[in-house]
Amino acid sequence: MKLQVASQLAIYSVLELIAEPNRQLTVADIAEKYAVSTNHLAKVMNVLGRAGIVRSVRGVGGGFQFCGNARRTTLLDIIELFEPRASLALQASDLGGRTAEAGALGIVLQEIDDTIRTTLGCITLATLRDLAVRERSKSRAA
Amino acid sequence: MKDRVKRAPAQARERARPSPKEAVAEPQASEAGTRLSVRAARPADIEAVTAIDAAATGLPKPAHWLELYQRQGASVAARVIFLVATPAEQSDRVLGFIVGEIRAWEFGSAPCGWVYALSVDPGARLRGVAETLLAAIAAEFRKAGMTKMRTMVARDDRLPMMFFRSEGMMAGPYIQLEKDLE
Ligand SMILES: CC(C)(COP(=O)(O)OP(=O)(O)OC[C@H]1O[C@@H](n2cnc3c(N)ncnc32)[C@H](O)[C@@H]1OP(=O)(O)O)[C@@H](O)C(=O)NCCC(=O)NCCS
Repeated sequence: MKLQVASQLAIYSVLELIAEPNRQLTVADIAEKYAVSTNHLAKVMNVLGRAGIVRSVRGVGGGFQFCGNARRTTLLDIIELFEPRASLALQASDLGGRTAEAGALGIVLQEIDDTIRTTLGCITLATLRDLAVRERSKSRAA
Repeated sequence: MKDRVKRAPAQARERARPSPKEAVAEPQASEAGTRLSVRAARPADIEAVTAIDAAATGLPKPAHWLELYQRQGASVAARVIFLVATPAEQSDRVLGFIVGEIRAWEFGSAPCGWVYALSVDPGARLRGVAETLLAAIAAEFRKAGMTKMRTMVARDDRLPMMFFRSEGMMAGPYIQLEKDLE
């Protein structure tokens, strides 16, 4: 499993928007920080907008604002907007068919998969923001 | 939706310096406006503790809670800390409880504080009761010289998982393993 670029960008964008209350940023502001094309990011923001997580603000400055609940929206909620359930899983190919060996390997992969889903499903945007704040102060102290 | 304001200022939590048997944390305003107190559990609390736990687990275990209560101070290797949260003005009304243990050299690990049980009355949830209890037991652990606090949560138990994560707890270096005994 590899987190898709769109999922990562969505998480970073939302983190930027929730870094301060009522923060409003343009696609260009965020694209610059993460060195991505505004086109790509605009598509990501549209998906977040349709899901009711961000809203676009018209008028002077324009841009996007967070409008979800940062303390209840989990990383899995965001990621699943971009990647269907199956692509998060660590999957073996069909090689091995219904053999006991393939079944045994399947059990181990399932264990890993369950851990991934649990972790992403219980870390909220607010929790990740707090973690980012701690990381920032750690790197300042270093 | 607006992010909520943190209920207990960090300094208030740092100030929570318990005397062994009575108030553990100074009263703090919870979000619903009720001021909370944390104090050491008393035998009379066991009934409420049993009911709060049974509301979450469906299994009343009064003997277990009483035994934990009695084990406080009984062992140096595994020191039990049993705290309850009440409204500041109603110290016999238990809203939630937390039980922790300082365990030394378990699985080869340096002494650390374990949160063994934490439960809040379903009618008092989402008002910062658990957060206040966790801050109070963390202060107790720190006072005993601990620098690490641990707990164990069932993977599919979302409520405590979200709670402990929101408190900044991360996966530790141990993985719990098990096997059916045939
Ligand atoms: C888990 C439990 C102890 C939390 O108690 P609580 O007093 O409601 O928790 P708090 O109000 O202090 O919540 C603190 C933070 O935890 C998280 N949280 C708590 N309950 C949550 C819920 N239902 N959904 C999502 N996040 C939740 C939130 O981030 C919350 O902060 P916020 O409300 O500002 O967003 C309580 O739900 C409970 O007793 N559950 C049943 C028993 C249990 O599972 N115990 C733990 C295992 S021993």
